[in-house]
Amino acid sequence: MGDERPGVFYGLMALGAGFLLWGSYWGLFLAPRETYMGDVQRIMYVHVPTAWNAMLALTYSFVCALAFLMKGGWKWDNRLEAAMEVGIAFCALLCVQGSIWAKPTWGVWWDWDPRLTTMAVLVFAFSGILALRRFVDDPVKRAVWSSVACIVAYVDVPIVYFSVKWWNSLHQVQSTPQTVSSPFHWPLRINAFGVLFLMIGLIGLRSRVAGLRLQGELAPPLPERPAAPLLAPKAQGGAR
Amino acid sequence: MQLLAALHKELLLQWRTKAQLLAIFIFGASSLLLFSFAVGPDSSALRQHAAGFLWLGLMLSSTLTLAESFQSEMEQRALEGLLLLPAGARALYYGKAISNWTQLTLLGIGLIPLMVVLYDTPMPRPFALLGVIMAGAAGLSAPGTLYAAMTSQARAKQTLLPLLLFPLVVPVLLSAVKATSLLILGDPMGQVRDWVLLLLCFDAIHWSLCGFLFDRVVED
Repeated sequence: MGDERPGVFYGLMALGAGFLLWGSYWGLFLAPRETYMGDVQRIMYVHVPTAWNAMLALTYSFVCALAFLMKGGWKWDNRLEAAMEVGIAFCALLCVQGSIWAKPTWGVWWDWDPRLTTMAVLVFAFSGILALRRFVDDPVKRAVWSSVACIVAYVDVPIVYFSVKWWNSLHQVQSTPQTVSSPFHWPLRINAFGVLFLMIGLIGLRSRVAGLRLQGELAPPLPERPAAPLLAPKAQGGAR
Repeated sequence: MQLLAALHKELLLQWRTKAQLLAIFIFGASSLLLFSFAVGPDSSALRQHAAGFLWLGLMLSSTLTLAESFQSEMEQRALEGLLLLPAGARALYYGKAISNWTQLTLLGIGLIPLMVVLYDTPMPRPFALLGVIMAGAAGLSAPGTLYAAMTSQARAKQTLLPLLLFPLVVPVLLSAVKATSLLILGDPMGQVRDWVLLLLCFDAIHWSLCGFLFDRVVED
């Protein structure tokens, strides 16, 4: 991603936005009201697709980190940066959506539930890696170190999840199209594809921006003053 | 053999800078004192949270220890000189990590009497607590040494190390606090074993993974 023409990514984002509008309209106005939670349940149509795609983006960043360390190639570093940024944004969005759902359902904005806490830890862990990228000037060191840190942070995710799960658990069973009734799963599926297309478009464009910035960093610096033109007119009265 | 030489160098450096260990101990001790001010003079509440305070103190102190471990290698490009020696980067990593682990274990052992005095905590199983401190210190030092190697060469190193390390060691903090708390306050359901097992799993994964990745961090 990122090496292709940006038009592809704009197209994917537009397609994703279209799917999201369609799925959200279905979820808000056509899908039936849930018996126990009422209208609050409708946040599931954006919350669950965001969760799937957040994990997908971070998994992709892990793949990019492995690919950079094994194969090299700046495109993997650009994709790593893009996937981490989009993954963090989705994780943060997930925490906000979870809090909006938790207040009327659990009576609190935040609870130390394994999935919620793991997401918060992920936001901080991967934000730390992005901060590291900002404070390293050498592009080679920046790429290698962020790949290493990304692998270590990603491997830590299941351990964080299980440790918090043993510590405290309140979250309901994970929602998938198999665990929800048929009138509910169509908007869920449509929005999942909408967020997926949006995510691919965002990662592609961000990766392109990272690539262009890298080109600027790796390009030889411009001379301090322009070189003398080859056919400069001779100064009048100059030495022969 | 290379590992032993690297470890010997690290321990010798630590021995020659004993004042640094003392300063870090004072930092940890003052953290324990400040935590008790935050909770108030309620002795039962202090006893209840003693394990958390001990591990927070140790975690905060660990950033100083870890950052310091690579400080000397940055002076006059000593790290490059070390890498030119016929010793692998992994030997260098494990030498530093074991040295940091020793330092953090000693710090944890030093903070226990202070915890007993300040928070009036009982100490029914001191050797089991020593085991938890050793396992927890190992969990802090393995990723901490790897991250210290990176941040010591970056700008804003004081900010970056805790920023990278703290979210990563959440499982260490959770399991070490739980295990310590159960050892201090009693363990009627026999849960300590599971928490220690989780801690050991974290240690095994991070000691092998970070050692494997270290040569990529220091190579130019």
